[in-house]
Amino acid sequence: MSIKNKDLDIKVEYVTRVEGHGNIVVNVKNGNIEKCEFHVVETPRLFEGMLRGRSIFEAQHITSRICGICSCGHSLASIQAGEDALGFKPSEQTIKLRKLLLDYEFLDSHLLHIYLLAAPDVLGVPSFVPLVKTHNSLVRKILNMKKCFNDTCDILVGRHVHPISAIIGGFTKLPRPKDIDSMIDILEGIRKDLDDLLDLASKLKFPEFYRETEYVALVNDTDEYPLLEGDIGSSDGKRFNKKDYRLATNEFVDPRSSAKFTKLSRESYMVGALARFNLNSKKLHSKAKKVAKELKFEAPNHNPFMNTVAQVVELVHCYEHALNILKDLKKNGVDYSEEIVVGINEKGVIPTRAENGVGAVEVPRGILFHNYEIDDRGIIQHANCIIPTNQNINNIEYDFIKFLPEIINEPKDEIRLKLEMLVRAYDPCISCSAHYLDVKFVD
Amino acid sequence: MSKNKKIEKPKVAFFDFACCEGCQLQIANLGETLLDLLGVVDVVEFREVMSEKWDKNYDVVFIEGSIGDHHAEERLKKIRSRAKILVAYGSCAALGGVNGMKNSFDIEEIRRYVYGDKANYFDVKPTKAVDQVVKVNYYIYGCPVYIPEVVEAIKCILRGVPYSVPDKPVCAECKLNENICLYDKGVVCLGPWTKAGCNSWCPNNGNICYGCRGLVSNPAKNQANDIIKRYNVNEKIKELGKELMNKKFKMYNNAKEVLDEHKK
Repeated sequence: MSIKNKDLDIKVEYVTRVEGHGNIVVNVKNGNIEKCEFHVVETPRLFEGMLRGRSIFEAQHITSRICGICSCGHSLASIQAGEDALGFKPSEQTIKLRKLLLDYEFLDSHLLHIYLLAAPDVLGVPSFVPLVKTHNSLVRKILNMKKCFNDTCDILVGRHVHPISAIIGGFTKLPRPKDIDSMIDILEGIRKDLDDLLDLASKLKFPEFYRETEYVALVNDTDEYPLLEGDIGSSDGKRFNKKDYRLATNEFVDPRSSAKFTKLSRESYMVGALARFNLNSKKLHSKAKKVAKELKFEAPNHNPFMNTVAQVVELVHCYEHALNILKDLKKNGVDYSEEIVVGINEKGVIPTRAENGVGAVEVPRGILFHNYEIDDRGIIQHANCIIPTNQNINNIEYDFIKFLPEIINEPKDEIRLKLEMLVRAYDPCISCSAHYLDVKFVD
Repeated sequence: MSKNKKIEKPKVAFFDFACCEGCQLQIANLGETLLDLLGVVDVVEFREVMSEKWDKNYDVVFIEGSIGDHHAEERLKKIRSRAKILVAYGSCAALGGVNGMKNSFDIEEIRRYVYGDKANYFDVKPTKAVDQVVKVNYYIYGCPVYIPEVVEAIKCILRGVPYSVPDKPVCAECKLNENICLYDKGVVCLGPWTKAGCNSWCPNNGNICYGCRGLVSNPAKNQANDIIKRYNVNEKIKELGKELMNKKFKMYNNAKEVLDEHKK
């Protein structure tokens, strides 16, 4: 493919969710790629700084506000880090309910990304709004499912955006038998719609682009698909305890950009649904495996666009996994004596100690780390959060470098769309990414 | 108005500043009600779910997030100049919200803590609520906003009548919901000092009120003092350290307080 004498100047500015302003800068002169970068600059909201001096028992409430989309994921990572620091061991029931909450987070987030944010590209429209006219029943189905996933979350933790009852120590309110019944009814009620959507998913076509990279996700030695707990594993054979997360992320600053990059065994790594699928696909629920087979989707897959397809497969997994937990709760009942109110630990129900704690949780966009150091009264001294999208920046840039020469002879609009789609495939926090692109070409 | 004249649907846009965008997401969480809303207004810009853009004036703009740098202030002023009605949507916009916590720190120090020697890349200013920069016509509080209240407020906005945010404490709603008082469970709850309108969302789910809707303008001081006395709040404050309890009260309300102090 010749890019000789080709000049191309692309500047893309966009605002992502928590990561703030991101830019795509592509500059080709006489066929030489002079620049091909993807910058994400964190919005200076300074959460890590603001946490200092606050009670560890407020960390979940505050850090869930990092991101409205991933607030349940941030809550779970924050709680895990806090409990790790405090040396508090959650009960089996609590862990079960947290896994259920994480399933709900995946269902809600993946549905939104696959069908409302990624699918419009494939259907050739700028957003789901024009689809209201052309695909009305489909849009209604999607919005209805979105509401259903949201409703189950409301029942379990009060609300999906900034969950209320999930705290360090357990839950301030546990689901009553009628709550468990309605969550089961809601999920079972959309089974047919989900099947219809899977049918649509099988029709989505993605660009053919392959670049093998290192895939990083939680791993474990059991047969459970690890989302809430595990070690940090990679497709290049690395494995770390979550306490050693810094050895896995190796954050570094590159003078080209004001964002922090991460890397492990090679120039970059990828986190998210595709990484999890590549590392753990054998542990998926049998129905999810069946869907993957129908979509002719096998691990390992090295096409980053297929991250959306991996989300489809996980959607099925989390749906079945959530139903299994609910049926188990229905059968075995819930121990309400475990309801706990902690506040800022006015009553001292949870003993405090000076320690360092790490939370490593798979959230829809990839592995999320929270790390707090607390003093003997439980006051946060230091805080650090490493967000999935930030870990993917470096990998997106290396994708660009390989992808651009492959598409450079296509029409401008096509190049722009494909670069946007590539960014969107990573689902960088609700893909506001490519929907706020101001793309400028100068030939 | 002539019967033949087609009634133009109001042009509505959503813009976000420093925030988690969860309040926008609440709109997406309306489910099919969203389609009803889309039937009565033209949403011309909504970055979270649309790539469409609009270059004319707006009838109603929803501003989400607080204002944290010079660029944001300028952008907000431009939006204001093109908008008939401006809504401060969610606690970050209406109050400064959690972003205001940073105002208690030395801005230079906190910037350096998070970004190290890269700190100069980031223009960080103390957090401001939207009405500390431009005129606001409607306020919708909450972190996140409470959907039934959003629907009520939107109805008022579209009819052109004021929406009054309840100025009674969360306790008023909490009692009607027959929750056990959090003070009886031994923890300090901000319900007595916080604006109602959320239907005591957090206490309904067993947790304390964190004060996300801002303080009532005229708290019932005697009753509040009763609570402080009856539940030994001062003792608890002493045990935990006064600072920790102060911070608890300021989680959402810091931006305005600190900036107002600067004015003095």
